[in-house]
Amino acid sequence: MAQITLNNLSKTYDDGFTAVRNVSLDIADGEFMILVGPSGCGKSTVLRMIVGLEDITSGELLIDGKRVNEVSPRDRNLSMVFQNYALYPHLTVFENIAFPLRLRRNRISNEEVDRRVREASDMLDLNEHLDRKPANLSGGQRQRVAMGRAIVRQADAFLFDEPLSNLDAKLRGQMRTQIAALQRQLGTTAVYVTHDQTEAMTLGDRVAVLKKGTLQQVASPRELYEQPINLFVAGFIGSPSMNFLPAAVEGDRLRTPIGPLQVPDHVLEAARGRDTVILGVRPEFFEDDSFVEAGARRMGTTFEATASQTEWMGNEQYGYIGYEQDPQLKGLMDELARDLDQDEMPSTIVVSLDSASRIRGGQPAKFWVDTRSVHVFDPADGSNLTRDPEAGAELTAMAAEERASEISAAQH
Amino acid sequence: MNSLSARQKLLWALIAVVVVVYTLWPLLSILATSFKASSDINSGNFLPAQWVGDNYAMIFTGSANTLFLPALRNSIGISLISTFIAVVLATFCAYAIARLDFPGKRVVLNTALGVSIFPVISLTTPLFNLWRQIGLYDTWPGLIIPYLSLTLPISIYTLAAYFQQIPWDLERAAQVDGATNWQAFTRVIVPLAAPGVFTTAIIAFFIAWNDFVYGISLTSTSAARPVPAALAFFTGASQFETPTGAISAAAIVVTIPIVIIVLLFQRQIVSGLTQGAVKG
Repeated sequence: MAQITLNNLSKTYDDGFTAVRNVSLDIADGEFMILVGPSGCGKSTVLRMIVGLEDITSGELLIDGKRVNEVSPRDRNLSMVFQNYALYPHLTVFENIAFPLRLRRNRISNEEVDRRVREASDMLDLNEHLDRKPANLSGGQRQRVAMGRAIVRQADAFLFDEPLSNLDAKLRGQMRTQIAALQRQLGTTAVYVTHDQTEAMTLGDRVAVLKKGTLQQVASPRELYEQPINLFVAGFIGSPSMNFLPAAVEGDRLRTPIGPLQVPDHVLEAARGRDTVILGVRPEFFEDDSFVEAGARRMGTTFEATASQTEWMGNEQYGYIGYEQDPQLKGLMDELARDLDQDEMPSTIVVSLDSASRIRGGQPAKFWVDTRSVHVFDPADGSNLTRDPEAGAELTAMAAEERASEISAAQH
Repeated sequence: MNSLSARQKLLWALIAVVVVVYTLWPLLSILATSFKASSDINSGNFLPAQWVGDNYAMIFTGSANTLFLPALRNSIGISLISTFIAVVLATFCAYAIARLDFPGKRVVLNTALGVSIFPVISLTTPLFNLWRQIGLYDTWPGLIIPYLSLTLPISIYTLAAYFQQIPWDLERAAQVDGATNWQAFTRVIVPLAAPGVFTTAIIAFFIAWNDFVYGISLTSTSAARPVPAALAFFTGASQFETPTGAISAAAIVVTIPIVIIVLLFQRQIVSGLTQGAVKG
């Protein structure tokens, strides 16, 4: 059980490259904190600084209020699951899990080691594999052994470094729920690094989004989704990602490539006085016009467009509508795309439609867009002009309550 | 990879047979000769007319035993000691080279490489003079030290390569699990490096075992003279007889330890212990 505090943590390598810049983070006891960002954003470096495998250039790392910058990894009492599992190939599964116990300076009796390993292997369903070597295990089993080694020590916190990225999609989903359940059951603080926004959204009590070594926003998944602080967070969280359209105020509406849109007053106010703003619309705000209920229709705007293509997924379908990109915003959009690990931002709107919709590619059709929760962003610095911090804080407070109730439910 | 066609298989088999015959023929010839009676040596036949153990009797109990047995003892002792020292030193050195960043790392590697390509014969004269003055001439240490200059560089290079392919995350995991550097090294790295250490030890042993130039020039008596050098001092039963049979028998005897070592350790040499450490 531990509370981990990062105070202005920075990491500069010998070659002068700064991987992490002034990251401050407060991880509460029992909290599941996710560090997420595209590759090279410094998330793994932060994790390695917490566990002690990477020196801290400046700033302070506190565990339960005690400064541990200079404490060696073995004395920090944290356990870590590595991306490649890092199992000891010459030891059996049993000995792999028992490894940390056998090293303890205060000698643990063999019976106690045996009891604790079996307890962990019960929890992880590894009983029949205890005598096997890691080489003979499947990816999911190796993953579970790595978890077993992490939990057997009763460490103060679990650190995960992209633990699921080597598994196939189906197994990843299973392991994800298993990790979540385990963390709730043990109530241990966890820090989890991933580049996968789905893992971030589903596992995290709070998610810290990093970009090029700088912390962008720390909030519950819901707050990140509904009240992102800037373009980067808005584009990174959510799949398919948020659509970004150039927009300008025209009377009491917003002029966009898909036509003038009726937007709520606070959105209009935020956009007023600027030549161009970036309008952020999530794919699910769109709908096939003929599926919109009469009562809801006035909350949005109907427009006509031709989807170049549609993809039917079973539970929903995606349509792709091309538009003319504002040349002024092209540079900004491409920079954002690079930040998000893409080559360039396609000038396409992704819309999510009801799976029964008969809209097909190539034919003009009527779409409807719900504009109640759209955001506008400042093209100069990408900041969100319509963010409501109070509503966001409320969402994160809700997540904290849920965590407390989930932990107590899982432990009783 | 496509499996080989029948034609290709045949071709490879043929090449393999040629290579095996070419390399084993001299050995078989020596083996056959070692069992020939002295009158049979010059018969021109490959196989002895009669299989006799006279030559073996001669080197172990007969006239040549004062020459051969001490030499065998010297060879085994000196080779084992220099192998042991080389492997222990090289293990630490290679681990440091593979894992640590320290000033002078390149110098160490380049020196090792330089020493190993330096012609042995050019060192023997100065060593001969030096050893005589400081009393190392014709002693075990007098051979062990120069042998280290042969075995250390190759051991460092082989082991460094071996350590480098052990995933670094294993040590990090051990550290996070609570191991000290020394525990991580002895409990995780050394067991994993064991096949590499064995391979290195065998190579180092062969180098020391097979040396002739140092052996003959830095010794003068059976106090330290190893077998390859001692063979040159064999004489026949009478001065009119060539000691071919005895030399052949001695050559077979010194080949046996090598064969035994390879058979003993081939499992360690071949098995890839690191499989399954990380996602394969």
